[in-house]
Amino acid sequence: MPTDVKNGVAPSSKPKFWNDPEKRALLFQILMILTILGFFAYIISNALFNLEKRGITTGFDFLGQAAGFEILLTLIPFDATYSFGRTFIIGLLNTLLVSVLGIILATVIGFIMGIARLSQNWLINKVATAYIEIFRNIPLLLQIFFWYFAVLQPLPSPRQSIEIGSAFLNNRGFYIPWPEFHPAFMFVTIAFAIAVVAVIFLVKWNHKRQDETGQTFPVFRAALALLIGLPLIVYFLAGSPMTWDYPALKGFNFRGGATIIPELMALLIALSVYTGTFIAEIVRSGILAVSKGQSEAAHALGLNNSRTLRLIVVPQAMRVIIPPLTSQYLNLIKNSSLATAIGYPDLVSVFMGTTLNQTGQAIEIIFMTMAVYLTINLLVSLFMNWYNKRMSLVER
Amino acid sequence: MIVNDKKLPDLPPPASTVGLVGWMRTNLFSSPTYTVLTLIVAYLLWITVIPAIQWAFINADWAGDSRDACTSGGACWVFIGARFNQFIYGFYPETEYWRIDVLFVMLAILIAALVYEGTPKRGWISAFTLIVFPIIAFFLLYGGSFGLEVVETHKWGGLSLTLVLALVGIVASLPIGVLLALGRRSEMPVVRSFCTVFIEMWRGVPLITILFMASVMLPLFAPEEIDFDKLLRALIGITLFQSAYMAEVIRGGLQAIPKGQYEAADALGLSYWKKMGLIVLPQALKIMIPGIVNTFIALFKDTSLVLIIGLFDLLAIVQAALSDPKWLGYSIEGYTFVAFVFWVFCFGMSRYSQFLERKLHTGHGAR
Repeated sequence: MPTDVKNGVAPSSKPKFWNDPEKRALLFQILMILTILGFFAYIISNALFNLEKRGITTGFDFLGQAAGFEILLTLIPFDATYSFGRTFIIGLLNTLLVSVLGIILATVIGFIMGIARLSQNWLINKVATAYIEIFRNIPLLLQIFFWYFAVLQPLPSPRQSIEIGSAFLNNRGFYIPWPEFHPAFMFVTIAFAIAVVAVIFLVKWNHKRQDETGQTFPVFRAALALLIGLPLIVYFLAGSPMTWDYPALKGFNFRGGATIIPELMALLIALSVYTGTFIAEIVRSGILAVSKGQSEAAHALGLNNSRTLRLIVVPQAMRVIIPPLTSQYLNLIKNSSLATAIGYPDLVSVFMGTTLNQTGQAIEIIFMTMAVYLTINLLVSLFMNWYNKRMSLVER
Repeated sequence: MIVNDKKLPDLPPPASTVGLVGWMRTNLFSSPTYTVLTLIVAYLLWITVIPAIQWAFINADWAGDSRDACTSGGACWVFIGARFNQFIYGFYPETEYWRIDVLFVMLAILIAALVYEGTPKRGWISAFTLIVFPIIAFFLLYGGSFGLEVVETHKWGGLSLTLVLALVGIVASLPIGVLLALGRRSEMPVVRSFCTVFIEMWRGVPLITILFMASVMLPLFAPEEIDFDKLLRALIGITLFQSAYMAEVIRGGLQAIPKGQYEAADALGLSYWKKMGLIVLPQALKIMIPGIVNTFIALFKDTSLVLIIGLFDLLAIVQAALSDPKWLGYSIEGYTFVAFVFWVFCFGMSRYSQFLERKLHTGHGAR
């Protein structure tokens, strides 16, 4: 210590405890734990006091009480006599429904637009660029409002529906034919399962044969023929055990078929168009990340274009694409909560909206809702880590 | 035998490879597939873009003050014009508009000075923008001192509220984000795990649930005497959310600083805060600016969510104006206007961040 030397005092061998980094760190952490605990104790005591004053009893008993309200879209049976706990399940299922459909659509849009963005064709390239630059710079909520209030709501009433084949589009929703399966359809399902197993064996056999003899077999075409042909033959043998249920105008509305409510449609279009822009950029950068030498080397080895793409470029691009792609999927799941703004009955809208208003159990409901999103996030992150480990380059 | 000792003039390239025809052959019709695709896309553009332009510009009505002025069948921009002041200033008293105007001008000058490369003392200007400007803005907007009339926050709205939310979100989340990022990289297990849990928790849930939580649960958690303003609750929610994202951007910047810098600072005997404040953060912050701009773009778009807890930002105030019986049926015009405003801001910022990225990306593999 310079000061010690100046004063002529020998530096002490044992430093003061506040100069010892380890002890200081320990002290600091203890203080931090105490502060956090104190903070929580403070807000919990406040909350208990406030809840008591408002006459709200804490606990999860409310989940068993009858809900007493209807929900617009339910994937499992529900009416006003079911419990509040059931509203949680309904909301969760609706969130998962829009998320899964949205992820599929956004992936399709994103991959098409990402590849189009790299196209040599000037017009396609510019259209893809314009799509990306326009839609990713406009708030998602605004896009949802636009599709819902400006496009779908002004559609004609059921009597003047827009007819698209045997489907009908009007301001109550999109009415599409829906398949009805008869018991004998089971055989077709079994045939499909057999075809899948056969294809797996075919691929393995082909790999083995290629390793041993160098000869290849047109697996893709054979697999396609198996997967489509076998169920189709069984389908006709079983006497076409499936009929279509067509929507038809009865009274003021359509009956039969399946209905996609406008809330779901608006949410789905907006979510997939918005997320598609981000996925397109990810796909583009992923493909650009594979150096040109790779495809040149593949061509030099005599692989044709499609094999180069399938065996060399795509596997390497996917390694770059998958991690940011997953975080976009997570964003889409979280953004699906904007459903509440147009009344699509997702978890936030049903449970955090209606159920919270009916019961007043703010703390329990908000924690349950947040826990759902956190769990989904955690599961996807775990999957991602596992996938990354599997896909990462094995370096020598 | 013919020997020519002079170089013959070059033949001109084939007519089909130069000029407009050549450009079209290489860029539009290079193969049968591309030809078909080009024609399909061109047709689709023809049937969508042309009517859109006709609607938005050629057949549009621009001047007037009621819906009677909209007779041409195209867009009715009169609606935007009639409500323009409300869309920008919200329910702010008309006599006090100058206060918001002053702030707009100040902000524009500060941003221009920060973006322009040749401005002297940009460090001081950015410190001013981040610390002094918000204080001035608060006193000007809210009033109550210097003889200014008090304007309650429920009168704030429109684009000015959107900017308030976004700017407060970014300014308040920056220091919290720095602390969280340092904490996540700390060697003290308690600090590290607390910061990690805090960051991942806010990043794992949608902003809506946080806004709901801020608007429903904050009053429960606070002692009875304190009454949180609705705007303040939204700001607390946005700041918590944003600071988690900011922390991850800053962590990325901290990780990009070579280990030698940390070790050199340690070797010089600098304390932890001196090491971070004088050596690491100044370098890290510089490379983090593109990332910060990107999170700011996301935040700017996300501010529209406050509509759900009942604040009147730009989108919410337009949405409210659409249900005015005097102007029913002009939703496309309203949404187009909001989309255009958001787009101009976000596109400008994303171009700026791309420019910065290119500037920082010197070295190998420059794009």
